[in-house]
Formats: sequence, C-alpha cells, structure tokens
Amino acid sequence: MKANLVEALNKGLHEAMGSDDRVVVMGEDVAKTGGVFRVTAGLLDRFGEDRVVDTPLAEAGIVGTAIGMSVYGLLPVVEIQFDSFVYPGFEQIVVHAARYAWRTKGEVPASIVIRIPYGGGVRMPELHSDSPEALFAHTPGLKVVCPATPADARTMIVAAIADPDPVIFMEPKRIYRAGRDEIADEPPFQIGNGNSNGSANDYLSKARVARAGNDLAMITYGATVPLTIEAAERLSDERGIDARVVDLRSLYPLDVATIVAAASECGRALVVHEAPRTAGLGAEISTIIHEKAMLDLEAPVGRVTGFDAPFPQFANEDDYLPSVDRIVAGAKRVLDF
Amino acid sequence: MSDIIRIIGNGRDLSDQPIPDGLGEKDLVELFRWLVLLRIFDERAVALQRQGRIGTYALYWGEEATQAGALYACDDADWVFPSYRQNAIGILRGVAPSTVLAWWRGFGGEHGFWNPREHRVGPICVPIATHLPHAVGVAWAAKIRNNPVSSLAWFGDGATSEGDFHEAMNFAAVFKTSTVFFCVNNQWAISTPIRKQMASETIAQKATAYGMPGVRVDGFDPLACWKVTRDALDRGRQGDGPTLIEAYCYRIMPHGTADDPKLYRDESEAERWKALEPVGRLGGLLRRLSILDDEGEEQIRAEAKQTIAAAVTEMEAIEQPGQEILFDHVYASGRPWNFDEGLAEIRSVERPPEVKPLGPPATEGAGEEGKTQ
Repeated sequence: MKANLVEALNKGLHEAMGSDDRVVVMGEDVAKTGGVFRVTAGLLDRFGEDRVVDTPLAEAGIVGTAIGMSVYGLLPVVEIQFDSFVYPGFEQIVVHAARYAWRTKGEVPASIVIRIPYGGGVRMPELHSDSPEALFAHTPGLKVVCPATPADARTMIVAAIADPDPVIFMEPKRIYRAGRDEIADEPPFQIGNGNSNGSANDYLSKARVARAGNDLAMITYGATVPLTIEAAERLSDERGIDARVVDLRSLYPLDVATIVAAASECGRALVVHEAPRTAGLGAEISTIIHEKAMLDLEAPVGRVTGFDAPFPQFANEDDYLPSVDRIVAGAKRVLDF
Repeated sequence: MSDIIRIIGNGRDLSDQPIPDGLGEKDLVELFRWLVLLRIFDERAVALQRQGRIGTYALYWGEEATQAGALYACDDADWVFPSYRQNAIGILRGVAPSTVLAWWRGFGGEHGFWNPREHRVGPICVPIATHLPHAVGVAWAAKIRNNPVSSLAWFGDGATSEGDFHEAMNFAAVFKTSTVFFCVNNQWAISTPIRKQMASETIAQKATAYGMPGVRVDGFDPLACWKVTRDALDRGRQGDGPTLIEAYCYRIMPHGTADDPKLYRDESEAERWKALEPVGRLGGLLRRLSILDDEGEEQIRAEAKQTIAAAVTEMEAIEQPGQEILFDHVYASGRPWNFDEGLAEIRSVERPPEVKPLGPPATEGAGEEGKTQ
C-alpha cells in the first residue's frame, strides 16, 4: 500500500496493538479524535477504551502512569501532543523512565514509547515548533529515534514498541503528509512477542544512506532529510558534486560506523538539523568524526542548524529553519575550505 | 483531633477502642514483630552511619505504624511504592535487609537494587511524589487486565505540594484505580513546617477536590493505620476508586543523619510526641490484652536484632563492584558502543582508591554533611 508518514505510523500502531494485547495507547485527544494529527485514528474503534485512552491534560501524569503500567507488564505508547508539551513530563522521563532498568538490575525497564511530533515549518503558535531531541539524547537510559520516510516510520514504530527500553520517538510533523511511499504489507520482523524481540533493535539503531555519493557526507535526520537531498541534487547540478546523504534514524545510540565511513570516504562532512546549535546533535557528530577520521578530512565538519534563540513566531520561522539555500551555502563552505 | 481515627489508647485517660474485625491475636503479634523489625533496622542504620559504615541515612523512627500497619492491610499481590522514608519496607516483603543497607552504603546493581515485580515493592523513590503516578499506573494496568490488584504509595506532607501528587490523584480518581494514597503527615519537610507547606486545614480535605474520600488517622497507631488502609483497599477492590489517607503524626527524629532540627524547631515538642510512638503503643495494648509479656517482647526484639546483625555482616561482605557496573543495566537491550569506549578509558589508568562512606566529621565545621553529629 501507499502511505504518508501519518498513515504509516497509524498502520504500525494497528499492527502492534493487534499482535500484542499488552500494547496500550494513551495521551491527550488520542482516542475519540485519533490525535490532533490523526496518527492514532481508528484505534479506539478497534481496540476499545481500555487500551486507547484519552487522558487528562497532564504530561507528568501521562508519562508517570505509563511507567507504572509498564512496570506491571503492559507496553504503553504515549503521545505528547506537541514537542514543547513534553517539558512537564520531563522529570518522569529523565528520573524514572530512563533509570528504571538501571534501578532494577536490568530486570524491569520502563518499556514505553513516547511519541513526540516535533519541529517547525507548520505555521503554529509559540511552543508548537521545538526540536528538543538533544535533551533526551543527553539522558542515559533513553533511546531517541526519528524516522524521515513513511516506510521507516512504520518499521520504527513497531520496532520501538518491541524494544524493551524507553524510546523517545520524534516525529517530523512538517513532513507528516509530504508524500506517500510504498509500504510492505508486513513489518520486516516478527512482532507480537513483545520485549524479547531482539531483532527489533536493528531496525531502530542503524542509519540509512538516503543518497549515494563520495564527495561530501551530509548527515541529517527527520524533516531536514528531504531538504538535504534536494540540496545534494542542486550541488550535483551546479558543481558536479556527488554528496552522500546519511539519514541517522537513531539519535541515541548513534550509528557511528555509518557516520565515520561517510566522512572518511567523502573527506568532507556537513551536519544539518533544525534544533538549536549549541550542544545539539551536530556538535556530537562533528566531534565523533574529528576523533575517528581526522586524517581523512579535507575540511572541518560544518553545521547548518537552528540557532541559539527561541524558535521564532512563525512570521519568521523560515528565517530560522535550515532551508535548501542555507544547506547548499553550508555545503559550499565545507567544499571551498 | 476529634476527626482522627484512633484505636489504641494510652492505658491511662485515653481508652482503647475495639480491635478491628479481621485482626486476630496472631495478626497483632505479627504486626508487632513487623514494627520491631523496622525499628531495629532504623536504629541500627543510624548507628552504622555514625560509625561511617553507611552513607547519609533518612530516618523513619516513630513512623513504623504508617508503614507496617498499611502494608499488613495489603494483599500479597498488591503493589506498594515507598519514598526514601519507607526505605526498609521491602524487608517485610522478602527484600533482603542487606540489600537496603547496601543501597545506603552506596552500592547499586545486584547489591543495592531489587526486582519490583518479585516483591511488588517499587524502588526507593528519591525525588518527591514522582512515584505516585507509578502506583496509579500499576493499579490501572491491573484493572485493564482484570486482575484484582491494588496499589499503595507512601509520601510525606511536603509531597502534597508537588505537581505529581496532583496529577496522580486526578488520574486515579478519573480512571477509578484501586490506589491508596498514604500521606505520612509528620508535619515537617526538613525545616519547613506544614503551615508553610499549605494553607489547607488538613491534607485529607484535599481529597474532596479530586472526587475521592479523604480520611485522617493517628499515624502512631498501627491498628488504626491498618483499619483505614483495609477500608480503602476494600473500596478500591469494589471498583470505587482511590482513597487519600492522612496519617497525622510527628517527625520525632531529624530528616536525615545530616539534618539538625535544633536549627529550626523546639526539640521539646518532639519529646512530647515521642510518648506516642507506635512500638510502645502496640506493645502496651498487647500487654493490656495479655497477648504479650516482657519476655515475649524481648524474644521478638532479639530475633529482629539477629536478623539485622546478619544483614550488616552480609552488607559489609560486599566488595566494591567492578568498574563495568557503571554501564550495567543502563539499557535492557545491551550496551551501546560508547560504553565499551568508556570502560576502556577508565581502565587505561590506575583505579582510584576504594570509596568509603564519609561518616561523622572528624572536627567541627567539617561541612554540611557532618553538622549534626
């Protein structure tokens, strides 16, 4: 079937809930309306109100009770309605979800998935456009992932639910409905046997080469993947440069082998993300490349990112967001060093 | 204090109320045994801290009724979630006392943690009130699975100021989870008295706002704590949802071994409350009922001392864990690549000397941690 990113996530949630009755979906407006982005549409009718729950408007309560459910043996999937709404649930995520496995000899991880539609470009009011992924990537005990295509979104949501560890599942809402991909009828691994499914981890933690090339490694994730591919095409047209675009998929743990191979083989690298620059994923990726492939580099690793300023009111959001023009300009700085 | 439920009198002007249905003589003795075991653990832990054999310790001396009384009312399948003030509650559910002592000795992994599913006892919760939503989640999950399982969480008066208290109470009431919110109102959050914590007349009255019953009980009376908890669990099991219990008592001891109450309160007040402490209360009742004599109590105390002494020996036999423990159990799905790099980095230099608890200060002015001793 053909599906956009929302439909693909929806398909994955239907599959996970249908194959394992421990999976529950909870959050603000997820049941009756199917979520403000309709990612959870149809789940209530099929699985009932015990397993698809409209909760009170309280993110610490949502995440905290989901942790309790998981400790008891369920597999909760939590929706945070918009990126910035996760902050009231931050303490539960950082001090409990991230530490439950560690605090219980590895025997009772908080097996929850926290879905967070994130990022700008959709003309929303204040605090509906943040990219808080670095806060979670910086927190030991969490996995942080971010699909950029419908096919990955479906595979990764079922893998995240099957994974025993807590997964922060960043959803690039700007490309929720950007286009439809062909989605396989069945997920690429057996689902339904829950926590013990070791193969699920491979589908969460491996980066993807989204465009082949050997002149410049362009490393990105989420909503900036299609922009970066477009920038790579323009570089090809304008300069005959063949850039390799790496879609990280996993922000923690990072697929270091794929990142370093790309930088080594291309000799030049650029990191692109929407989140603020300081202590962002770009800083970590750049450092890893410098630590592991310094002698292969022709230029310092470049960054095209959001800025160390609050995400603007949307009249100016296109000035803040990395655009194809800014990505091309950033690439040229690395190429012309 | 007329609205405070109380069963045990003082043998003088305050008369005993009838023993609640469901508690036989054996139960009363067993409950006394639980109180004594908790008491001996607490006293021994303080001594160990003074001797520099464990680290900073949070005392619960005097609050044993709120712990043992409530737990004794629970079914074995019910889950309980302690704050650090109920740190030793697990020993009444099969957690090794040496594990709890090892936690205070600074050990993790296999030594200082337990599997909550094995004992239906949550981990010791250090941040305030954040375990309350977990208790709600457990009872909610049990309800979804049609299992007759309830949950109980202990917390202090200070915890009622936290947002997680509000969110947990609200979720429990909305989804009618079988959850007991057991607030130990000992009137002090370190140095902050209850009157600076809230402007409500009582903690129990907060329940009204959430649409659940709130009851006040004498927190030094183990039978009253048992009774209100049992009633709350009965309500929950019938599908009538959660209950807030306010166990009114007093923090007779410092907040922790590093706290000095003389800096902020009149200690003669603590002395007055001390007369109401629960081990003496239940011990007195059992004598008035001719269920226990001095010899019987001495035997119970001797057994408890032996149990805790053995635990201390076990705890002290634990060697400092290897360096790989830093990276153990962070992920249930295995170690990420950078953990191996981290371990290699640590092992590339000589290991630092073994860490010992700081213990009491050698001299005056040795720092915040030592001020009280």
